This record gives sequence, C-alpha cells and structure tokens, in this order.
Amino acid sequence: MALHFELVTPAKLVRSEDVHMVVVPGTEGEFGVLQGHAPFMSTIADGALKVYRTENAAPEEIRIIGGFAEVGDAGLTVLAERVEG
Amino acid sequence: MASLKELKGRINSVKSTQKITKAKQMVAAAKLRKAQSAAESARPYAARLAEVMGSLASKVTVSESSPKLLAGTGSDQVHLLVVANSDKGLCGAFNANIVKAARLKAKELEAQGKTVLFYLVGRKGRAVIRREYPKQIAHMFDTTEVRDPGFTEAERIADELVAMYEAGKFDVAHLFYSKFRSALVQEPTGQQIIPVPTPKAAATQSEAVVEYEPDEEEILAALLPRYLKTQIFGALLENAASEQGASMTAMDNATRNAGDLIGKLTIVYNRTRQAAITTELIEIIAGAEAL
Repeated sequence: MALHFELVTPAKLVRSEDVHMVVVPGTEGEFGVLQGHAPFMSTIADGALKVYRTENAAPEEIRIIGGFAEVGDAGLTVLAERVEG
Repeated sequence: MASLKELKGRINSVKSTQKITKAKQMVAAAKLRKAQSAAESARPYAARLAEVMGSLASKVTVSESSPKLLAGTGSDQVHLLVVANSDKGLCGAFNANIVKAARLKAKELEAQGKTVLFYLVGRKGRAVIRREYPKQIAHMFDTTEVRDPGFTEAERIADELVAMYEAGKFDVAHLFYSKFRSALVQEPTGQQIIPVPTPKAAATQSEAVVEYEPDEEEILAALLPRYLKTQIFGALLENAASEQGASMTAMDNATRNAGDLIGKLTIVYNRTRQAAITTELIEIIAGAEAL
C-alpha cells in the first residue's frame, strides 16, 4: 500500500517516490493523502509538507512556497515554485 | 603589394582572432549541455501545470467574471511585444532573428491600426528596436547582472507584466524568443501569453469527479499568474539553449573562416618572400656579371 508522491519545481523534479502518507498544508486546512484518495485539487499555503515513508516513521518535512496539489489515479503531485532545504 | 612585415602582422592578428573564436566555441559547447539539461528538467513542471490548466479551463466557462488574465480586457487595441534577447553577442544571427520576428509582428499590427509597445528582455535587441520605435519601449528588463536567467527573473518579468496589464497599459501580450530545435537550428517564435491561451485539455482524462478546494475559479485565478511565469521561464530557458547553440555554430564557422584566411595569407606571404629572395639574387648576379 504505497502512495506515489511527486514534488516538482520549475527547476527540476525534486521527488518521485512511493511513500505511505503525505500531509499537505492546503489553503483551507491540512489534509493527509493516503493511497486510493479520491481525485482532488487544492492550492497550498506556504508551509511544510510532511512525508511519512512508512506508517510509524517520523515525518520528513519539506518546506515549499507557492504550491499546488493534485491527487489523481497516479498518486499525489505537488507543484511548487520553490522548495527550501 | 603588401610588405612582408605587414603580412606577418596580419597573419598573427587573424591567428589571435581564431584563438578567441575557438575558445568561445568550446565554452558555448559546454554551456549548451548545461542549458539543455536545464530546459529538460523544467519540462515536467510545465507539462503538469499545462495539464492541470487544461482540465480546469475545460470546466470553467469564460465569462465577464472570470479573471482578466484569461478573459482579456475586452479590447485588443494595445499590443505589448515582449522580446527576449541575450546579453552577449558572438552568436551569429540569433538576436537579429528574434528582433526580425518581433518587427514583422509589429508591422503587421500597426498595419491593422493597433498600438504596439515593446518590453525588452536582455541587452542585445535594444539598439535596433530603440532606433525604429524610440517612443514605444515600455520597459527594458535588465538581465546583465545574472549569469543564467532563471525562475527568479521569469517571476519578476511576469509580475511586472501582470502589474502593467492590471493597470490597463496593454490588452494583449506576445512573447518572442528562439525555440531550441538543435544546436544547428533555432527557430524564432512568437506566441501570445496574455490573455492566457487555454491549453487544450488532455483528451482522455479519468472520468472520476475531481474535487476542488477552493473552487475551480479560485484555483484558476491562482494558477494563471503561475502559468504565465512558467511560460516565460520556459522561453528564457529555450532562449539560453538557443543562444549557446547559435554561438557554437557561428564560432565554428568563424574559426574555419579564420583558418582559410590564414592559409591564403600564408601563401601570399611565402610568395612575396620568394619574390624578394629572387630579386636579391638577380641583383647580386647582375652585379657580379657587370664586374
């Protein structure tokens, strides 16, 4: 049960991997995406994505600016203007 | 006929020119690889964003209330031509071609009675356009201080354009740059960027109902400026790759021409030298015989 997660910036494809869950800071509240999430699009407030590689692992945080998230059949795609760290 | 010393000087000066063109060619080749890979790594983002825009635009109907960037100002009297050039020369007809494409468009628009304004990016196109349209340059965006125009510059250009657009300074914007086909072929291109032409929706998207948060229109409004930035960024990258490609070809030609010229000059030099020796010999022999 893995979610395919992609993080893309104009400069490059930052991440493309299978993870357990990603918590995204949407403009209207945080939401977590697991595998099999319904198709969904949302703008993202500037903040940190929390990437859970496995169910109990500590989350890895990726700070992004100017983001947009799309959940489709292929998994979660986050488009960000900038990624920090 | 030129003296021996003069010829020698000329050969030397062509030789040093050749050294410069050869160095520039090698630099361009190295930079081309970098620029190409930068253009390639920008593709996924642009493709994804275009996809999203396409699917969004197909769901939102363009109306009075939709964002101005999509719907337009309702008139098309004032056209802004954004011309992206390079800062450095030594790249053949690269800049000239872009400027030519822009001027053609400007003439066409003026023939239709529209007002044309210019927004210049990069240093090289300025002189030509300033000479022909001295009062129609809206702004010159300076990229001389940055090494490789990147997303930050694209962002600033897009922000300025949007600000000008909102202030009602123009109705339609076209972007002129050179599309990179290969190291040998660069294609000057013009495309409309404002109002944003809606990308075509992917033909077969999943049938599932997509949820939007906030709603479609707000997302679209948030994405439009971003889409514009991406387009400008893409154009800057294509331009950078084209510039290096054009530079490489031009410098290769120049190096070869210099080689030919050196060959020719050397032949003339040798002939002159021989003629001088022969004359000297004849003089000596004639002198000896006269005794």
